[in-house]
Amino acid sequence: MANTLSQIGAVTAMNVRNIPERWASSLVAVVGIAGVTLVLIAVLSIAAGFRQALELSGSQDVAVILRSGATNEMSSGFGQEGVTIISDAPGIKRVDGKPQISAELYVLTEAKLKGKESGGNLPFRGVSSTAPVLRKSFKIERGTMMREGTNEIMVGKGVMQNYEGLEVGKTVRWGNGDWQIVAVFSDDGGIAESEAWGDVRLVQQVWGRGASFQSVRARLTDDSEATLKKLKDSLTKDPRVQVAIKREPEFYAEQQQVMATLINGAGWIFAVMMGLAAIFAAVNTMFNAVASRVREIATLRAMGFGALPVVVSVLFESILLGAAGGLLGGVLAFVFLNGMQSSTMNFQTFSQITYAFTVTPQLMLTGVIYGLVLTFIAGVLPGIRAARMPITSGLREL
Amino acid sequence: MSWISLTWANLTRRKLRLVFTLLSIILAFLMFGMLDALRTSLSESVNLTGADRLISLSKVSIIDSYPLSHYEKTRAVDGVDSVVHLNWFGGVYKDGTMQIPVFPMNVEQFFEVYPEVKITPDEFATWKSDRQGMVIGTVLAERYGWKKGDRIPIKSSIFRKANGGDTWEFNIVAVYSVENSAGWDNQSAMFHYDYYNESLQFGRNEIGWMTVKVKDPDQSEAVAKRVDALFANSSDETKTGTEKAFTKQFMEQIGNIGKILVSVVFAVFFTMLLVTANTMAQSVRERTNEIGVLKTLGFSAGAVLRLIIGEALFLTIVGGLIGFGLAVLAVGGLQPTMKKYFPIFEIDSSTLVISLVLMVALGVITGLWPAVSAMRLKITDALRRG
Repeated sequence: MANTLSQIGAVTAMNVRNIPERWASSLVAVVGIAGVTLVLIAVLSIAAGFRQALELSGSQDVAVILRSGATNEMSSGFGQEGVTIISDAPGIKRVDGKPQISAELYVLTEAKLKGKESGGNLPFRGVSSTAPVLRKSFKIERGTMMREGTNEIMVGKGVMQNYEGLEVGKTVRWGNGDWQIVAVFSDDGGIAESEAWGDVRLVQQVWGRGASFQSVRARLTDDSEATLKKLKDSLTKDPRVQVAIKREPEFYAEQQQVMATLINGAGWIFAVMMGLAAIFAAVNTMFNAVASRVREIATLRAMGFGALPVVVSVLFESILLGAAGGLLGGVLAFVFLNGMQSSTMNFQTFSQITYAFTVTPQLMLTGVIYGLVLTFIAGVLPGIRAARMPITSGLREL
Repeated sequence: MSWISLTWANLTRRKLRLVFTLLSIILAFLMFGMLDALRTSLSESVNLTGADRLISLSKVSIIDSYPLSHYEKTRAVDGVDSVVHLNWFGGVYKDGTMQIPVFPMNVEQFFEVYPEVKITPDEFATWKSDRQGMVIGTVLAERYGWKKGDRIPIKSSIFRKANGGDTWEFNIVAVYSVENSAGWDNQSAMFHYDYYNESLQFGRNEIGWMTVKVKDPDQSEAVAKRVDALFANSSDETKTGTEKAFTKQFMEQIGNIGKILVSVVFAVFFTMLLVTANTMAQSVRERTNEIGVLKTLGFSAGAVLRLIIGEALFLTIVGGLIGFGLAVLAVGGLQPTMKKYFPIFEIDSSTLVISLVLMVALGVITGLWPAVSAMRLKITDALRRG
């Protein structure tokens, strides 16, 4: 056993030192694998950016309250009375006696998308001063906070980047009202960055929504199940309101389900098909590598080296190329794609969601592992062939 | 003849290599064919919209509604043939979280505006007389196991009945199917506006949007302007445009799928280029000695060049044609399923032309470098090597 191990070490080391001799075909394998992992990571990073925008922007201790039966904010609705009842419910955090809740109105407006001929459906959220407190990492990037009771609005970072002319200082006409942009805000890549925010009373008025709201976000006293249950029990038993309560991450996960499944599915279909092609490429490379070393391998076998070390050395060379290719693909994806802005449609509300391609370390690892798997598969056949070669004819080869 | 047998002998000297190279080329063209079918199905569907149809939305946004009275006023506009008004019901079946596209509408006019949607005259007569009657698309019928004659409850995620309920009961009177239309799909359900409107708690006498059929498609822009002018400066202004423009905008909002597909195809071909080039280079390197012999026998430099490029072309064209053939089969096999969701899904002749060009280009590019180096080879060097 120890003997086999030392043989494996010796043959493998010799093999790896030889790679520069065959640089051209090795490079082809590396670049091929890099191409495949690049495509895989590119598609998956769209899904990751999408998740960043939706799922990850939620906090465990924030509850989203909609009217029961509503599947999203747009189809929900409350009157002022409902909001008051919710704000008195147990389990909601209070600061100086004031409940930490934000009652919001969600409407759509239209604005021109950069680089496209037509407009996109921009979500416009009517909020009050508590809205920023209920977001995870709300931050004013530029300008000043909008003032309540005025036509001042703020736009998310994604909105500013994806739409034309939505910058601080500009005035826009949405609905039948004029709005002045006074700030750009960020929320750590969260969904809020896809939205524009204005004063809820004014949005209600301009959109003719009376005193109605569509969702209530409430900060819970803590993120325990018991607290959420207390709030749920109290409100669902109250005959005056009909509500459905979810934790924010759960609510967002539901919103992105369709799109994320679609993108992930497409990503893997591309990756598997391209991966097959890459396996064939790598098999060729490894066959070539073995073919160029026929005499060397036969000599080793004649000297008493076993078949296993030969197989392992070929496999090792193969996955070494795979690791290099996977890493190259991952780095290229990170350098060229990470942070790239784009937008797509949320089919639940027909509104635009802006997101950034997000190449996470995890995705890069996925790419490298995929490269390794591909080249491992590719190395098996040539490896076995090398080991099975009759020694005598091998020695006679040119 | 001897030229072909020489090429064949050269290709088959390493059979495994031949097989793997061919397989990767086959896969590349299989992918190309399928992706291109998808790309054309997305871009071509815009051309399948009704040239004589306009979509009239609230100017505020796609989700805002306007009064029902807009409907009668629009019908009276010069150049308008018929109008169907629709609402977004936000339908949900049982405990589903996905909204089903269910539309309350004036059913009498629906088939005038969307003649490509087919049910029998008998079914239409039944639908008109049954106020709870609903017509559903084949995809919905399949997904939920509904059939003609069923009575089904559908909940609205948006609207409430005056009595506090949120569920409407329907009788399925027909299952329709529609083909080659980007205006209407197979996953919708339609029912009587009155049945919906009279039981509403809020939002009564409001409609979501209208589809307007014009008498003369050449006049659609003018009619659209006339409709918008009718409601200009009111509190419920409209934004009317052709169905084509509307579909295009909707597609654009989903994202740049075409661009993503082209990038993937590009990546695939770059990989294939490398694979084939590598195979050719390797196979020429192995044969240095033989090429020397060929030249000694009197083969000209040009003949050697042709021989090697011919080999590369053989690989890419045979592999490419097999791959393309498989793509045609695959697209044909997927067609019944895809046709339910996309108005069009097929490989058209332009895809074949592009494929052929790519096969030849790939063969020439990958064969060129090894061929030129073989052509330049001095006989003495070649014979001495190896």
